[in-house]
Amino acid sequence: MSANTATAAPAEKPVFYVRDEHPHGEGGGTMLGFWIYLMSDCLIFAVLFACYGVLGANYAAGPSPRDLFDLPMLAVSTSMLLISSLTSGFAMLAMAKGRVAATQLWLGVTILFGVAFLSLEIYEFRHMISIGATPQRSAFLSSFFVLVGTHGLHVTFGIVWMIVLIAQIGRRGLTQANRRRMSCLAMFWHFLDIIWIGVFTFVYLMGMLR
Amino acid sequence: MPDSSFSQIVFGRLTLESFPFSDPILVGTFTVVAILGIAILAAITRYGWWGYLWKEWFTSVDHKRIGAMYMVLGIVMLLRGFSDAIMMRLQQALAFGGSEGYLPPYHYDQIFTAHGVIMIFFVAMPLITGLMNFVVPLQIGARDVAFPFLNNFSFWMTTAGAVLVMASLFIGEFAKTGWLAYPPLSGILYSPGVGVDYFIWSLQIAGIGTTLSGINLIATIVKMRAPGMTLMRMPVFTWTALCSNVLIVAAFPVLTAVLVLMTLDRYLGTNFFAGGLGGNPMMYVNLIWMWGHPEVYILILPAFGVYSEVAATFSGKRLFGYTSMVYATIVITILAYLVWLHHFFTMGSGASVNAFFGIATMIISIPTGAKIFNWLFTMYRGRIRFDEPMLWTLAFMLTFVIGGMTGVMLAIPPADFVLHNSLFLVAHFHNVIIGGVVFGMFAGISYWFPKAFGFKLDPFWGKVSFWFWVAGFYVAFMPLYLLGLMGVTRRMRVFQDDSLQIWFIIAGFGVFLIALGIAAFLIQIYVSIRDRERLADLTGDPWNGRTLEWSTSSPPPSYNFAFTPVVHDNDAWWDMKQRGYVRPLDGFRPIAMPKNTGAGIVLAGLSLALGFAMVWYIWWLAAASFVALLAVAIGHTFNYARMFDIPADDVRRSEDERSRQLADSGATP
Repeated sequence: MSANTATAAPAEKPVFYVRDEHPHGEGGGTMLGFWIYLMSDCLIFAVLFACYGVLGANYAAGPSPRDLFDLPMLAVSTSMLLISSLTSGFAMLAMAKGRVAATQLWLGVTILFGVAFLSLEIYEFRHMISIGATPQRSAFLSSFFVLVGTHGLHVTFGIVWMIVLIAQIGRRGLTQANRRRMSCLAMFWHFLDIIWIGVFTFVYLMGMLR
Repeated sequence: MPDSSFSQIVFGRLTLESFPFSDPILVGTFTVVAILGIAILAAITRYGWWGYLWKEWFTSVDHKRIGAMYMVLGIVMLLRGFSDAIMMRLQQALAFGGSEGYLPPYHYDQIFTAHGVIMIFFVAMPLITGLMNFVVPLQIGARDVAFPFLNNFSFWMTTAGAVLVMASLFIGEFAKTGWLAYPPLSGILYSPGVGVDYFIWSLQIAGIGTTLSGINLIATIVKMRAPGMTLMRMPVFTWTALCSNVLIVAAFPVLTAVLVLMTLDRYLGTNFFAGGLGGNPMMYVNLIWMWGHPEVYILILPAFGVYSEVAATFSGKRLFGYTSMVYATIVITILAYLVWLHHFFTMGSGASVNAFFGIATMIISIPTGAKIFNWLFTMYRGRIRFDEPMLWTLAFMLTFVIGGMTGVMLAIPPADFVLHNSLFLVAHFHNVIIGGVVFGMFAGISYWFPKAFGFKLDPFWGKVSFWFWVAGFYVAFMPLYLLGLMGVTRRMRVFQDDSLQIWFIIAGFGVFLIALGIAAFLIQIYVSIRDRERLADLTGDPWNGRTLEWSTSSPPPSYNFAFTPVVHDNDAWWDMKQRGYVRPLDGFRPIAMPKNTGAGIVLAGLSLALGFAMVWYIWWLAAASFVALLAVAIGHTFNYARMFDIPADDVRRSEDERSRQLADSGATP
C-alpha cells in the first residue's frame, strides 16, 4: 500500500507522514495565483466601469459621446485587438507543438496587432484633446479617459511582457517555466479582450445611444 | 529667479521651509528618533550584524522570517500610533475652560488622521499578515507559501508605505482630513499641501503589497495542504485566514482604484470627486467604504481564528461546533460586502436603502454570536488553563460582546442619525478593534511566540501587560460612550462645556494605563530574551497543542517538515499524539527550497523613491525610479534558478538535533 494514501484501513497502523515523496517542482500554484490576480484586476475595472456608469452622463455642458466617438474607427481598432487574441492563441498552439520559432513569430504578430490597437487609441485620445475634450473638461470625460486609458495601459504592459518573453524563449527555449509564463500571458491577453468588449459595448455603443 | 526654478526642477516643491523647525514637539521627536536610530544603526555596525540581517532576514523568502518581520513592523508602528493617541487624549483633557490645549489645529488634525491610518494600515494589517504568514504554512503542513519571492516583496512594500508615513512627520506634513480623506476636503483646493499626497502614496504602495500577499496566501491554502487535509479538516485559524485573504483580494483593488482616481483629481485636475464639472464626492465615500468595511473583517477574522485555536488548546478539548464555526466565518465574509453603506446612513439614500443596509448589518451579529457560543461551549467542562493566550481570549469574549451590541445600536438608521460622527462611534470601533483585533494579536503572539523563537514569553510580565491593557481599555473608552450619547462629536480640538472635562480626564487616565500595558509588553519581550534558558521550549509543543505547527521543533527548521505529514483528523497533531505517532528518524531526502533574493527590498525601495518623488513633485526622480522599477522587475524575471536543494545530510543533522532536544526535555523522541 502506498504511503501516500491518506486513509488507512482500520486494522493497519495509520500513516502519519509521506515517506516516499516526489518533488513537486516549483510553480504549482502559479495558474491559480494568476487567476486570482486577474480577478483582482477585474475589480479595478469594475470600479472604473461603475464610475463611468455614475458619472458618464455628466457632460457639464461639454461634448457628449455623439460628438466624439468615431464608430468605424473603433470597429477597426476592436478587430485589431480581437485578431491579436487569435494570434496569441496561435502562439499557444505552436508552443504546445514545441516549435520555438513559430511561438516567437506568433507572439511578434500579436505585438503588431496590439501596437496597431494602441496607435488607434492614442490617435483617438489626441484628437479628442485637440478639440478640447480633455479629461479635465467634465466628469464624463474624466471617467471615459481613465477607463479606456487603464485598458490601454494594460495592453502596453502586455506588449512589454511579450517582448520580454520572446527574448526569454530565445535564450532558454520552451522550458516548463517559460510555458507557464506563456499560459499566464495568454490568460492576461484574453482577459484584456473581454474587458475591451465591455468597454466597447458600455462606453462606445451605448454612449452613441444616449 | 533662475535659482529658484533650478531648485524646483531638482527638489520639486521640497524647500527648507518643508522641514518643521519651528515646531518644538516635532523637533524634540525628531531628535529622539534620530538619536535612537543612529544608536541602533551604530550598534548593528559595531557588532557586524549587517551581513547577517541582509542574508538571513531582509532577503529571506522563509515565511517564518517574513512573518516575524511583519510582527516587528507592526509593534514598532504601534508605538508611533499610540504616541498619537496619547497626544490626542492629552489635548482633549486640557482644552477646557478657555484653554486651547497645547496642539494647534493644523497639528491636531494631522495627529488624528495619522493615528487612524497608522493603526489600521501599519499596525493591525502587519500584525495579522505576519501571524497568517507564520502560522498558515505550518498549520497546513507546507514548507513555504506558494510564491515565496512575492511574500518578501509584499512585506517590503508594506514597510515602504510605513516609511513614507513616518517621513511625513519630519518632511512636510501629513493629511489633515481624517483617516479616509473624504473629498472635497481632500481635494487640491482645500488640501493643497503634501499631506494628502503622503496619504495617497503610502497607502497605494502598502496596498499593493497587501493585495499580493492575499493572492499568495489563498494559493498557498488552496494548493499546498498536506495530504488528507480536506477543506473541512483545516484548522480554524487557516479557515479564517483563507476568508480574510479572499476579502483582501476582493477589497484592496477597490482601494487601489479609488486612490488612483483621487490621485488623478489632485494631480491632473480630473473631475471624479470634486469640482462643478459633474464630479460626485459621494462616489468616493461609497467606494472607499466598499474597501473599508471588508477591511475591518479582514482584521477581525484572523483574530477569531486565534481565539478558536486558543480556546480549544487551553480547554484541552476539541473546538465545539467546528462546522458551524467555518460556516459562520464564510457568512461573515459574504455579509462583509453588503453593509458598507452603514458608514454613511446620513448620506440621504432614503429609507429603503438604509433599511436594507441596517438589517444586513444586524444580521452579521448572528454568525458572530454563534461563534461566541461555540467558544463558550468549547470551554464548558473543559480543563481550562489560564495561561496568557487564554486570558486574552476571555477578555475578548467579554469586551467584544459589548462592542457588538453597540454596533447593533449603530446599525439602526434612526439611532445612527443621532450617534454618527460622535464619540459613541469612536468608542464602538475602538471597542471592537482593541477588544477584538488587538487582544487577538496579543493572544496570538503569546501563543505562537515559543514556536517562532524556541522560548515562551515571560508569564508574569504578560499578566501585568494583560491587566493594564484590559483595565486601560475600559477606563479609556467607556467615558467616550457616555460622551457620545451626550452629543460630543469626534475630532474636536477644544470644548466649551466644562462639565465634560472630567470624562476626558478619566479617558486620559485610561490611556495612561494602556501605556503601562504596552511598556509591560516591551519589558516582557526583554525579560523573555534575557531568561530564554529558563523559558526554553525543547519539546516544540509547549501548550499540548492540537494542530500541525506543534509537531515541529521550536523554532521549526527552515524546511518546516522533514516529511510531509498526512492528516486524518481536524486536530491533526492531537490525533497523531493519541494514536501513537512515531517521529521518523531516518530515510531523509534532499528538500527543494526557494533561494533568498534581494529583488523584493530593491523594488520596494524604488517604489518608496517613486512615492516620495510624486509627493514632492520631483518629476525627474519619479521618472527615474519608475524606469528603474521596471528594469529591476524585468531583470528579476530572467533569474530562473530560484530553488536549491537542502542536502539529506543537513536534514538529518537538524532532525538529530531535534531528537537530542526532545531527549533533554524528557519526552520520548
